[in-house]
Amino acid sequence: MLNKFMGLLALSLAFTSFNASAVTPKEPLWPSLKIEHFGDAEIREDATDFLVLETPKRAEDAAIVPITIKSLVPQTADKYIKNLHIIIDNNPEPYSANFTLSPKLGLIDISTRMRVDQYTFVRAIAEMNDGSLHMVSNFVKASGGCSAPAGKDAAAALARLGKMQIRMRSPVIGEAVQAQVIVSHPNYNGLQFDQASRQYIQAHYVKKMTISYNDEPLIHLDAGISVSEDPSLRFTFMPTETGSLKAEVLDSKAQEFSSEKEI
Amino acid sequence: MKPLLTLTGIIAMILLVLFLIANKQVSDNSNKPLAADTDYPIIQTADGVFYHQGIHQDATKDNIGAIGNMSFVVGDTCVAVIDSGGSYLEGVKLRHAVASQTDLPVCYVINTHTHPDHVFGNAAFKADNPQFVGHEKLAAAMQARQTPFERTFKALFEEDYDGIEFITPTLTVSIDTPLTIDLGNRPLTFTAYTTAHTDHDITVHDQKSNTFWTGDLLFMERIPVLDGNLTNWLKIMTQFQQADYDVVIPGHGTASADQWRSGLAKQQHYFETIRDEVREIIADFGTIQQAIEQVGLSEKDNWELFPQYHRRNVTATFTELEWE
Repeated sequence: MLNKFMGLLALSLAFTSFNASAVTPKEPLWPSLKIEHFGDAEIREDATDFLVLETPKRAEDAAIVPITIKSLVPQTADKYIKNLHIIIDNNPEPYSANFTLSPKLGLIDISTRMRVDQYTFVRAIAEMNDGSLHMVSNFVKASGGCSAPAGKDAAAALARLGKMQIRMRSPVIGEAVQAQVIVSHPNYNGLQFDQASRQYIQAHYVKKMTISYNDEPLIHLDAGISVSEDPSLRFTFMPTETGSLKAEVLDSKAQEFSSEKEI
Repeated sequence: MKPLLTLTGIIAMILLVLFLIANKQVSDNSNKPLAADTDYPIIQTADGVFYHQGIHQDATKDNIGAIGNMSFVVGDTCVAVIDSGGSYLEGVKLRHAVASQTDLPVCYVINTHTHPDHVFGNAAFKADNPQFVGHEKLAAAMQARQTPFERTFKALFEEDYDGIEFITPTLTVSIDTPLTIDLGNRPLTFTAYTTAHTDHDITVHDQKSNTFWTGDLLFMERIPVLDGNLTNWLKIMTQFQQADYDVVIPGHGTASADQWRSGLAKQQHYFETIRDEVREIIADFGTIQQAIEQVGLSEKDNWELFPQYHRRNVTATFTELEWE
């Protein structure tokens, strides 16, 4: 409750220092977002004993806001986070990501980058295999001045569309290792207007990303339009035998890309 | 004591007379109905070349967003305005400044790029019916940013936001194809660049005075902001170093005949430092957060507004260099 209170306090301070009706909607969006995505299910709020959400206090660059979610309790076959939902209340499409997680991942440690262009709560909601829901949330201030969620060089991202990288430090069998998958993609959110054609640029973004090890899925991501240009997913997993880490990507125009790395 | 006071009084009188003569010369030059607003000083850098230097702050209601350099060039037939102001209010002040120097109409309003401090005054020149000049990618960039800029700046400026319009260029400049227009015995050349400070930067060159406007490809004193591509920007900075200009007017900070070279070197050093340190972190599979916390701190005391923009620059650099 303290976090929530501090958040509300920050929100009300924001209201007094600016006439911020244009910056933050007057009615908190969360109650309706909660019903939209979780119905009347009970969500345990401020589940900081279980989940850690790392976000910058201020979105330094509205187009690239690093977000990290960690679990404090390892995944086990009996009790594990089945899905991790990311909601950014005040984004044009708040429901931003849904990670489906394997019970074999151990401790969850996932990072990605999102567009955050105005004052907002960012929420991570863990849905357990028993159906219970646990939420942590942070308040992120908007960046100032000339920062905007538009990509810096959409032409360059489009030119290398689908190019992928799988990066990691030298892995050791039986030890947890961090890996990162990046795919070059402009991730057009469909909100950008093209002056020449007098039409909105059709949304074109990464919709799905599946990470598997030896064909067994570790993480599956259903992504929305909040994900930054050149989507990046950094995660921890434990290779228990030699094999192949594979990343498969599907975008909103049904284009498929994939990349593999032998361990 | 009395003689001393009298002496002080005489000196004061002399200074006052000198001041009035100096002012009269400026107003004789112009002899125009609209004087420049006293809170909006302009500096003449060459015959027919004037600029207002913005202050090194973030845009606020109090400073009406007048944080960048706004210039105008007077030819025999008309005037070109280079960047229009950070608000409609600043645009109006800039228009008054033009009128304080000449009756000629404004025929070109050049937007060096679409950041608010350079384009939000556009609407103040609509009555002149000028050509609005920008990079071939300016319109797309402006449209992509319109919604967030509107939201941010309406909250910031409140009622002073009124009058701001997003006016896209009527005359565009293509990459690798410089465009020259004429203000009457005064050709101006516009050059468009590949993605650097933004993906739609243009520069302006006045042949008559050999003055060069860098737009935000050069920041003096104030920390530069990366909203484009660092690698390309560094290449462009190297080109600038090899050029020979009598005066350089940067996007922010002091215009100069010679200091601009050291300013450019300082900006190159800043970005090379960030680039090298970010590269090391990426090579070691470090995270973007690590980079934000560690990179470029040696540059902290070299720049105005470092805390406001440095972390952002590191973030942008990191995501760019991942694709090297």
